[in-house]
Amino acid sequence: MFDLTGKCALVTGASGGIGGEIARALHAASATVGLSGTREAPLQDLAAELGERAHVLPCNLSDPEAVAALPKQATEAMGSLDILVNNAGITRDNLFMRMSDDEWQSVIDVNLTVTFKLCKGALRGMMKSRWGRIINISSVVGATGNPGQGNYAAAKAGMVGMSKSLAYEVASRNITVNAVAPGFIQTAMTDKLTDDQKSAILTQIPTGRMGTPEEIAAAVLYLASPEAAYVTGTTLHVNGGMAML
Amino acid sequence: MSDVADRVKKIVVEHLGVEEEKVVESASFIDDLGADSLDTVELVMAFEEEFGIEIPDDAAETIQTFGDAVKFISEAA
Repeated sequence: MFDLTGKCALVTGASGGIGGEIARALHAASATVGLSGTREAPLQDLAAELGERAHVLPCNLSDPEAVAALPKQATEAMGSLDILVNNAGITRDNLFMRMSDDEWQSVIDVNLTVTFKLCKGALRGMMKSRWGRIINISSVVGATGNPGQGNYAAAKAGMVGMSKSLAYEVASRNITVNAVAPGFIQTAMTDKLTDDQKSAILTQIPTGRMGTPEEIAAAVLYLASPEAAYVTGTTLHVNGGMAML
Repeated sequence: MSDVADRVKKIVVEHLGVEEEKVVESASFIDDLGADSLDTVELVMAFEEEFGIEIPDDAAETIQTFGDAVKFISEAA
């Protein structure tokens, strides 16, 4: 349905469950994809699976120099950078009263500050070509809060405000900036939950199940598409009705 | 008029869609030539590419008029 032929997309956190699926969806719509992540082996596996139009761009997002270089590397590898998906994220959960400065700062740095820097780095080319799509992967907890995730919720809510501000600034250049806010999604991260924890979570979700990475990827694919040109500054909540925002 | 001024003028005319006669030394990009703040960022990017120079953000803020741009680039290039 959506055609991204000739478009080049950089996906961070592509070694993870959701990021990998986002890359697959964009690639299936004929985009060239840049797969970024800290662990190179899963990126190579994914690139091999995708075949042509897939580039591996390992990057440690805790390293500011590597972050600054990434948009340029992606542009050189793919020829342009038209679609940026800021999907990479980390958690360092702890009760607020016990949260260390380091736990706070590392989550803000990787989830929020890196997103700022990658957006900034990608904008130059998008401004020049008068076309661009930025999709920042936020989280339902950025809107609802979650005990033990003061740092993560702050970063994810920060991404939303940042996306809206940037959306204002670059709308006249045909660049859209949106967020996707997943609820509970089946990934390696949620596999670690106990059955009791899972059933407690499911009572809060009207659809009665967790979401799949494919369902997040479909939302990203839509926002990346030419059809979504009139959608900017919004947050698309994909959470099974867990929070109707 | 210098070569630098000609090249700068060409970029300004193309980017802002203004008449060449209006691009005079004292012409302010925003007040006289109808640029918005994002246009000025794009002009600086275009100057950087045309002349192969880097214009740092604090210097870019001082480039308000066509004359400012020509002067800065002449000194930097």
